[in-house]
Amino acid sequence: MKNDSVSLTIDGKPVQVPAGTALLLAAKANNIDIPTLCYHPELKPEGHCRLCVVEIGTAPRTRLVNSCTYPAEPGLVVQTASAKVLASRRMVLELLLAQAPAGEHLKEMAAAMGVHETRFKKGDPAARCILCAQCVRTCREVVGVSAISMAFRTPKKRVATPFAEQSEACIGCGSCVFICPTNTIAYTEKDGIRTVWGRKFELQPCNKCGNYIAPKAQLEHWAKLTGDPVESFYVCKDCR
Amino acid sequence: MTDPQRLETIMSRYAGVAADLIPVLQDIQDEFNYLPKDELKVVAQHLNVPLTRVYSVATFFKMFSLEPRGKHLIRVCLGTACHLRGGQRLVETVGRRLNVGPGHATEDLQFSLETVGCLGSCAQAPLMMIDDKYFGRMAVDKVPKILKPYKP
Amino acid sequence: MPKFESMNHLEEYRGRLLSSRNPQEPQVLVCGGPGCLPMGSEEVAAAFQAELKQRGLNGNVVLKESGCQGLCAKAVKVMLRPQGITYQQVTAEDVPEIVEATLVNGKILDKFCYQDPADGSVKAYKSKVPFYQGQRPIVLGKMDLIDPTSLDDYLAQGGYQALQKVLGGKSPEAVIDAVERSGLRGRGGGGFPTGRKWRLCRQAPGDVKYLICNGDEGDPGAFMDRAVMEGDPHAVLEGMIIGGFAIGANQGYIYVRHEYPLAVKRLALAIDQAREAGLLGANLLGSGFSFDVKISKGAGAFVCGEETALIASMEGDIGEPHPRPPYPAVAGLWGKPTVINNVETWANVPAIMSHGPEWYAAIGTENSKGTKVFSLVGAVNNTGLVEVPMGTTLRQMVYDLGGGIRDGGEFKAVQTGGPSGGCIPKQFLDLPVDYDSLQSVGSIMGSGGMIVMDETSCMVDVARYFMSFLHDESCGKCTPCREGTKHLLEILTEITKGNGKEEHIPLMEELCDTMAAASLCGLGQSAVNPVRSTLKYFREEYEAHILHKKCPALVCRPLLKYTVDPETCTGCLACVRECPVDAIHGEAAEPQVIDQELCVKCGMCHAVCKFDAVKVES
Repeated sequence: MKNDSVSLTIDGKPVQVPAGTALLLAAKANNIDIPTLCYHPELKPEGHCRLCVVEIGTAPRTRLVNSCTYPAEPGLVVQTASAKVLASRRMVLELLLAQAPAGEHLKEMAAAMGVHETRFKKGDPAARCILCAQCVRTCREVVGVSAISMAFRTPKKRVATPFAEQSEACIGCGSCVFICPTNTIAYTEKDGIRTVWGRKFELQPCNKCGNYIAPKAQLEHWAKLTGDPVESFYVCKDCR
Repeated sequence: MTDPQRLETIMSRYAGVAADLIPVLQDIQDEFNYLPKDELKVVAQHLNVPLTRVYSVATFFKMFSLEPRGKHLIRVCLGTACHLRGGQRLVETVGRRLNVGPGHATEDLQFSLETVGCLGSCAQAPLMMIDDKYFGRMAVDKVPKILKPYKP
Repeated sequence: MPKFESMNHLEEYRGRLLSSRNPQEPQVLVCGGPGCLPMGSEEVAAAFQAELKQRGLNGNVVLKESGCQGLCAKAVKVMLRPQGITYQQVTAEDVPEIVEATLVNGKILDKFCYQDPADGSVKAYKSKVPFYQGQRPIVLGKMDLIDPTSLDDYLAQGGYQALQKVLGGKSPEAVIDAVERSGLRGRGGGGFPTGRKWRLCRQAPGDVKYLICNGDEGDPGAFMDRAVMEGDPHAVLEGMIIGGFAIGANQGYIYVRHEYPLAVKRLALAIDQAREAGLLGANLLGSGFSFDVKISKGAGAFVCGEETALIASMEGDIGEPHPRPPYPAVAGLWGKPTVINNVETWANVPAIMSHGPEWYAAIGTENSKGTKVFSLVGAVNNTGLVEVPMGTTLRQMVYDLGGGIRDGGEFKAVQTGGPSGGCIPKQFLDLPVDYDSLQSVGSIMGSGGMIVMDETSCMVDVARYFMSFLHDESCGKCTPCREGTKHLLEILTEITKGNGKEEHIPLMEELCDTMAAASLCGLGQSAVNPVRSTLKYFREEYEAHILHKKCPALVCRPLLKYTVDPETCTGCLACVRECPVDAIHGEAAEPQVIDQELCVKCGMCHAVCKFDAVKVES
């Protein structure tokens, strides 16, 4: 079934994609870009940000769905930039600008779509997080340690380590930091020590060149995963 | 019973899979009157789920509390019918009588005051509950008399 | 209770049970429903027990605590059978008098009977009380006949006969076909055709399928599912077993919110009884079909009424909804095809199978068949649970059944569908209520909450109330719902404080459009209804707050002014004791004065004044 290809229409253009392909990818494959904030090709899409919504169906029975999860169906009519889609996207951006006034990438993205200011009351001027959960999903799905997660719900919802304490599960890999679209997660590296989520990680220098490879805790995690001795990871990529 | 034994008793009722997380936390909440941090760490190990999952669940659902709760739980209903008939004023009165805000416990841990979305006795609004007992058609001047038997 | 090995075995038992029961036996049924419990029904039942014992009548008179008897406004309700006398507002102190007069001497006591406000006539019999006359009880039908903790009582009322009929010769397809033809739609909110949902699940590939009864009745103002779970738990189980047979599931779950401890207890007991009787477990009634039910307790999250969030929490995760498709009928609990219906939907199933789909489809309107239970609460005289055919008008419910607005007030609006519904104004009083008509006026059926409001309700405050509820209950996963509820609440709060601006109205309308169209789940999509409907029908109230800084209903505190009328004030000092900020001054037995600088407008003084001396204006 999954391998069957289906025909649908995106922005008036007939396209063919394998059945079940997310509309976002079906559009992309046909050179139609849909803006996203919480989507990442390495992560299971979950539809948090609602920026990628598209309009499906034919008037008057149309509706918005998030393109990152909605599967291509035979005969589906999709509009990625209808008036309704654009209005919704701009409103979502206005909401996010109020939520995360310090998010630079967000501001640029909003400006590109003609949203320069938000009409809503702004939160903490230093706030950056938009709760897209890419960090949480990366830690869980890619790194496989689940050191951080969503805590609480709406009024207090945030990304946190358990009990907001130093996480024992964290390996200091910094994947959450790198994937964050708004540079929210505090991270420093100084004198062989990496600090992230309030915990300090000793960095392991390369046995050959002396450059820092990664936190010891991360190399131990790799050793555990592979079954190789941890010392076998004490040589950096360049020196191997 | 020591705390580890109390927890052991709870865990022994379950198969020890991830789906048991919420029932286990409910039992701990009932037994300990809150979710103690150390117990939650043991639960994560027993059920083989990340501690983050336990923490997420413990903070997401309203019945769980990470802080010790009072001996008696007072729930004042703020459902629609209760809201229209002065539920908010009822919360304030109870809070003032006990010197505690909603979502908190009194200093002596005798009472916890919570508001709740609906207790399902809407015809008797405004409504409150102390532990498992309902008090219907409440009025602010009935509060002192109702609280009295629960005071230390 | 024996373990029934076959249909015949059950039928024989039922026959013996019925012949052992004397239909003329005097029975006292004290209502133990959600309305009477908080008003002391347990004390009333205990008083009957003591009184009957003392008089040596405990062998002759059967005393039961029944399920909900409907007319909650008149709690505590007591039903006397076989006559069908319905007494109201009974307290424990009244019990000896009732036993003496009515049970012993056969005399009806008018003071415990319903008095028709129209002509003052006394209505002793249930069949004569207008509140009951307009009803068509299918789901609530057994409530005042049975003790919900007795399987025998359920069997004596024809319980599990529908199941016998199904297992005794119907194919799963025939059952689905019947449910489809009955026109039954989901009673929990969305109104999706039940038969179609079952068919999708039956046809979905996979050997293991699940069935869930959604008892997470979270809509404030709705308590029919609580009443059914507590008052007729076997009906829910019977519906579920039939559903399990139809879709090919061997395991069902009942998800009950933890705020309903008695419902959990009653269902657990019913499950144990059914297992013991061979009505749950392996090879039911010798049919070869096996089915069991487990209870799953909610932990306090309104969003878990949404089916994908409910499933997530049953799997041990936070109650965040997941994008659909895939729908639960295809990939639900543990990724298996799953049917989720709410309590009332399941409770309709036995009646449909017993009486046939045509019988059911003959009740109701074109696209909404059968009956619907509403919790009629708020500013009506006869608050309680009512079950009426779909298509009954709002006016019939508010005036005929509800007995009109309390304290001689004016009808202003009725709020249906909980936080996902809207406020319906006076001009639609003659609207026949069904799924489609409610939607056409900007509300929804939801689970059947019906909160009547009079002129003492401020519609801006009502919108703000729902938004505060929803913001607190939004899971926070998607932007429009999480941030949208926040800003709607923020704006509405500003308006109720007198800080509203004219541009707030179009901004809210624009935000509502996006939330409705782009939120991930039903919670966010429908969260806009309370705001949209009040903006549409009660715009002048918004304008009064925004332009004139006045709250016409005298609800929004910052816009109020409290004063003491020196003519009426007796100086009893009740208000002084209650004032949280010591803003009221004066000598004892002299008129008091409220210091406007200190006053926080909490209204405590107004609430406690017995002489109506505290005046409020806006």
